[in-house]
Amino acid sequence: MTGVGTLLRLALRRDRVVLPLWVFCLGILPYVYLTGFQTLFATDQERIDYARISADNVGFVGLYGPLQGDSLGELTVWRGGFQPVLIGLAALLSVIRHTRTDEEAGRTELIRAAVVGRWAQLAAALLLTGLGGLLLGLLATATTVAAGEPVAGSIALGVVYTLDAWVFAAVGAAAAQITETARGARGIAIGVLGGAYVLRLGGDISAMGDGNLAWLSWLSPVGWAHRVFPYGANDHLPAVLSIVAAVAVTGLSAYLMTKRDLGGGLLAARLGPPTAAAGLRSPVALAWRLHRGLLLGWTLGFTALGLVFGGVAGSVAQIAEDSGGVDDIFTRMGGTDEIVDGYFGIVAALCGVIAACYAVQATLRMRDEEQNGHAEALLSTGVSRYAFAGSHLLFGLLGPAVVLLAEGLASGLVHGDVGPVLAATMVQLPAVWVPAGVALLLTGFLPRLTGLSWAVLGGALLLMLAGPLLRFDQWVMDLSPFTHVPQLPGADFTVLPLAVLTVVAAVLAGVGTTGLRRRDLPL
Amino acid sequence: MTEAIDVEGLVKRFGAVTALDRLDLHVRTGEVHGFLGPNGAGKTTTIRILLGLMRHDGGTACLLGGDPWTAATALHRRLAYVPGDVTFWPSLTGGEIIDLLGRLRGGLDRRRRDDLIERFELDPRKKGRAYSKGNRQKVGLIAALASDVELLILDEPTSGLDPLMEEVFREVILQEKSRGDRTVLLSSHILSEVEALCDRLTIIRSGRAVETGTLDDLRHLTRTTIRAELAGPVNGLAAIAGVHDLTGDDGRVSFDVDAEALEPALKALVTAGVRSLVSQPPSLEELFLRHYAKDGGDRRPEHAASGSDR
Repeated sequence: MTGVGTLLRLALRRDRVVLPLWVFCLGILPYVYLTGFQTLFATDQERIDYARISADNVGFVGLYGPLQGDSLGELTVWRGGFQPVLIGLAALLSVIRHTRTDEEAGRTELIRAAVVGRWAQLAAALLLTGLGGLLLGLLATATTVAAGEPVAGSIALGVVYTLDAWVFAAVGAAAAQITETARGARGIAIGVLGGAYVLRLGGDISAMGDGNLAWLSWLSPVGWAHRVFPYGANDHLPAVLSIVAAVAVTGLSAYLMTKRDLGGGLLAARLGPPTAAAGLRSPVALAWRLHRGLLLGWTLGFTALGLVFGGVAGSVAQIAEDSGGVDDIFTRMGGTDEIVDGYFGIVAALCGVIAACYAVQATLRMRDEEQNGHAEALLSTGVSRYAFAGSHLLFGLLGPAVVLLAEGLASGLVHGDVGPVLAATMVQLPAVWVPAGVALLLTGFLPRLTGLSWAVLGGALLLMLAGPLLRFDQWVMDLSPFTHVPQLPGADFTVLPLAVLTVVAAVLAGVGTTGLRRRDLPL
Repeated sequence: MTEAIDVEGLVKRFGAVTALDRLDLHVRTGEVHGFLGPNGAGKTTTIRILLGLMRHDGGTACLLGGDPWTAATALHRRLAYVPGDVTFWPSLTGGEIIDLLGRLRGGLDRRRRDDLIERFELDPRKKGRAYSKGNRQKVGLIAALASDVELLILDEPTSGLDPLMEEVFREVILQEKSRGDRTVLLSSHILSEVEALCDRLTIIRSGRAVETGTLDDLRHLTRTTIRAELAGPVNGLAAIAGVHDLTGDDGRVSFDVDAEALEPALKALVTAGVRSLVSQPPSLEELFLRHYAKDGGDRRPEHAASGSDR
């Protein structure tokens, strides 16, 4: 453990922008929701109605988790139900950035050759992220108390967030031991997070109906985060489970670390063919080799997502019949007048934003190729920059189409009505392409700022989740491409916005490619 | 004489930093041309401009008779490049990388590829991520050398190779040279390598060519080291223009002398009576150090005067 202090200071120095950013943005969000709710309801009765209907709405419970009470605090925590996923994501990315990314780049070798203990780097990464989680929790507690909420509930909320960060920091640490690449480690850790979310979603929706699968939520760290019910039950048991899991998985990662070599992973590298297949003779063929694993992973993930979303749609219809009417607050929240249609609309929009993450990831692959020097070797052959950019953009555009198709088909087949469900999913595609276009534009003109592509996506997600509640002006909402997608199956299908989105994406990508052709490389 | 590379007054600026400052570089078709310079002198930047990866801010650059920026892809089919710090796709095997790069250049000699893999002792089944620095270098070299191209651009090609593999590299390049129609631009720090392989060389410093010509041409420009044991005291040696760093006691003298001052200096020694004499011709290393030294190098670096080869 020698050297942890020095490494922690190094990590803090390197993360002086990123860490405060996610800690602040995610920590302040409950306060933002709280103030939003304070102005949303004119009377207590309105709030109680809203809570009653929300608690019975499968789409909302699927997205945000279960809702028990109707107090302002409980509504706030519930509405921030996506927080455990986002906090978990930030935490696991933070740990992997400070472990496997460094190791892959060869920096760890240098550090470990100094007077630094075997576990020091892992410990520093976990301490850094754990500290971030703690600050995030404190911020959530302090701001909600300042806004006049009960202290016990606010502390419970902070504890939930902090423990969530700790659990997924540990997950990131374990994943970083398994593969040789940071990319692979992120894939595994995000897969675990996604699995935890889907387990919670399935369990919670089942609990609204017959409850046969309600236990699924108890297998999920994301489920535990919801089951504390701050401002309501303030239950201790799920928090204890989180602590046990965080400690156990941290121990596991330290153990896994002793089982491998520096630079190596637990999954050993295998030998491959000594000559290239006849087809490996074009930039597209190379791009297929580089992208196929990612495409397969996303397709499998989206198929699983589709199976779950389609599967719970039956319960949605059941509950719709039980509850009878729809309150007009619902419409204000961005839903439509048919509960099942509304459910599929919300699910499709959510899938759209997630698929856009893939679109950006695949498009930015060309920037990765530039930075790690592969592009230099490729572009000194007969490959033009257009062909290079096009080969990666192909996967940035068609990859999301494939995964959305998989989700729509799986969801529609399970639900028993493929057409409308698939249509609702596929209309997201033009909106998905816009962030990919932004990514290419940045690659062409501001290659050092390609990270902003993710900020664009984060902004779109924030507008989608929080915009209707905070009643942003329409022009603010219009900034997100996803605002313009017709909310099928409930709403009418209109071609114009889809055509405009496609043109916008095409122009962004076209201009970006021109920029890439004209600039120095590598930059 | 046709020129494979014709660079005249090349200027490249990165913001406030001037990386290339009116650089001239002329590489004749069929020759092996050494490209030398200290770290950061602008060697890689020059190569990247020649490959159309970077634009230049002034001067002209002509590669195989074409404009490297506008005709990049057409020109690239006629050349092969091995980057200095070469990395390849981690998920592809060495064999796949060699084949892919060869095909993208427009052709690979299968027999030559297999022959080179054997000579460089490369395991082509390993994945890109599993190769060490030296093995990555081999992959790049084999892919370049097995391609049927007119021009090879090699940026420090033997960095990371063990001495045995360096020797294999030299043999292969000498074979290429004997074919007579292939041009090689070889950026290198290994002086014995440059001495063994290159017909002509260009030394650059701070983005500018400070010397260019054959090794003999360049040697002529520098000083020979003389050490002599004398029968009696020598007079007037210090007065000869072109004699430098004269030291002497007890009938021993040691000095450096310019080529044109060699004759009067030797005459002075003979007059005094010579018991023994050691004359050390300028090594490439001295040439190199002279031009690498920050002040432009009037003064010889201390250890170069000892005259050792490496």
